[in-house]
Amino acid sequence: MLHIENLNKTFNPGTPIENHVLRGVSLHLEEGDYVTLIGGNGAGKSTLLSGVAGTFLPDTGTITIGGTEVTNLPEHRRAVYLGRVFQDPMTGTAANMNIEENMALAYRRGKRRGLGWYIKSKERELYRERLSTLELGLEDRLTDKVGLLSGGQRQALTLVMATLKQPRVLLLDEHTAALDPKTAPKVLAIGTKIIKELNLTTMMVTHNMRDAIYHGNRLIMMSGGRIVLDISGDEKQKLTVEELVAKFSLASDEEFTGDQALLG
Amino acid sequence: MLIIQGAVSLGLIFSLMAMGVYLTFRVLEMPDLSAEGSIILGAGTAARLVSGGVNPFFATIIATVVGCTAGLVTGVLHTKFKIPPILAGILTMVASYSVVIRIMGTSNIPLLPHGPNRVTSVFTFLQETGLSRQASIILFSAVMVVVVGVVLYCFLGTEAGSAMRATGNNRQMVKAQGINTDAMVILCLMISNGLIGLSGALWSQQQGFASVDMGTGTIVIGLASVIIAEVLFRVRRVWARLITLVAGSIIYRMIIALALNLDFLSPTDLRLLTAIIVAIALTLPLIVEKVSKPVEKTKGRRK
Ligand SMILES: Nc1ncnc2c1ncn2[C@@H]1O[C@H](COP(=O)(O)OP(=O)(O)O)[C@@H](O)[C@H]1O
Ligand SMILES: [Mg+2]
Repeated sequence: MLHIENLNKTFNPGTPIENHVLRGVSLHLEEGDYVTLIGGNGAGKSTLLSGVAGTFLPDTGTITIGGTEVTNLPEHRRAVYLGRVFQDPMTGTAANMNIEENMALAYRRGKRRGLGWYIKSKERELYRERLSTLELGLEDRLTDKVGLLSGGQRQALTLVMATLKQPRVLLLDEHTAALDPKTAPKVLAIGTKIIKELNLTTMMVTHNMRDAIYHGNRLIMMSGGRIVLDISGDEKQKLTVEELVAKFSLASDEEFTGDQALLG
Repeated sequence: MLIIQGAVSLGLIFSLMAMGVYLTFRVLEMPDLSAEGSIILGAGTAARLVSGGVNPFFATIIATVVGCTAGLVTGVLHTKFKIPPILAGILTMVASYSVVIRIMGTSNIPLLPHGPNRVTSVFTFLQETGLSRQASIILFSAVMVVVVGVVLYCFLGTEAGSAMRATGNNRQMVKAQGINTDAMVILCLMISNGLIGLSGALWSQQQGFASVDMGTGTIVIGLASVIIAEVLFRVRRVWARLITLVAGSIIYRMIIALALNLDFLSPTDLRLLTAIIVAIALTLPLIVEKVSKPVEKTKGRRK
């Protein structure tokens, strides 16, 4: 569903702050793959995801989503294939607009914006239905400004919005990292539930090794702009945090430091 | 009575500008200073065409289109050439001062409705029904304001309008929904400056002349209307905001007219007065907050 071939990206080339962030990343995701992506700070995880999303164009390499090559498409043209949730809960929604306006924008992802009214009344039924699966009561607050919601509610809403129109690939970039410890697991569980229900091909960046092991069917580790570990199937099922930490140090030549990942 | 009539007619004409300023400053959340260029472009274009015998309605439409062009230039400078919005607006504004002289061919065009070669204006057809000039201006401007306001309200409620409002709020989110934010920014600037050009076209026909320096400081007048409306009415819904904009624009004109009526103030103090009004209006919420709940002043204000 997602095919990345030899992706390279250098930021600020030819300057003292030149930074070769992606060093020949190749990756293939089958339909329905749910990949968790871990790695130290600055490993290039977010850059890989924003590369897929088209925030910047790569120096070399190709990106294919569901058979369509998107390597040179601008961000807004490939958004039709992608659902995205960001680390900052403020990023995924428009705070000054209400819940149904946000959902109506997401429902039309990839469609031309014309002079029809921004929402059709029958859409509200769908929005309520989708929101009710969150069990946060948001289905009764369609006309509330999103700015009034908590960070967790906003991330949950962003998850629903990102999957309202089925994406070919769902990109989650540490989408629970900014939430409090009680809310984070709930939002994570909501995400995994939606992903399973819709059988979504997903890449999820996380700092939490336990989450990386527990969620998804495949685990990838990045270090220094490369994929250094790729574990799936039975091996992933049996993986423990201790083993993963050991593999991390081995594969990345980096000492694993506690602040980079929550052990539990 | 005369003062009030004058304030109402100018207030109505400038509420079109206020709507344009509202679109950029509030909807797009991008302070656009090209407004000051587009108002003289609108005024100059209309004056040149009308004095040349062109049908005033057609002239007004062309003036609006010229205003749109100023918005297009600012939009392209900002989105394609990555020039910061304020600077992009200033560049367009400065360039407009030269362009408008090219358009007008001179720095001042009189449009005397009762002069020897009797020039008509968009208000003339109403005067011919027997209405006074002042009443014709008010009636025509009021109709324009209602029509523009309704169309603008409807547009902001469409899919495209919703995308535009979201663009002002959170560009990253809007891109993730597959919307071309650059196109939205440019479109918003074009509509905004088109409205301001229209406002300028009516203004020159109302006052009976256009001169290249008439636009100086008008951005603050537009801003004053927007801010007076916000401070006095504190409404949130789009239709209510649009209505209060018109009220804000008329109230601003009333304040100015009354102030200039004072003996020690002269018409050249207008811009100073406007700046003071905007400064006061901007500070007012802060003062009110301090006075009403002095204990809670550490609490962060959130939009
Ligand atoms: N737009 C950019 N311009 C310059 N440097 C960038 C940009 N985006 C990311 N980087 C750099 O790339 C490196 C990898 O960043 P990132 O992908 O965010 O890491 P992480 O794995 O922690 O998500 C960092 O050193 C970061 O400073
Ligand atoms: Mg990151």
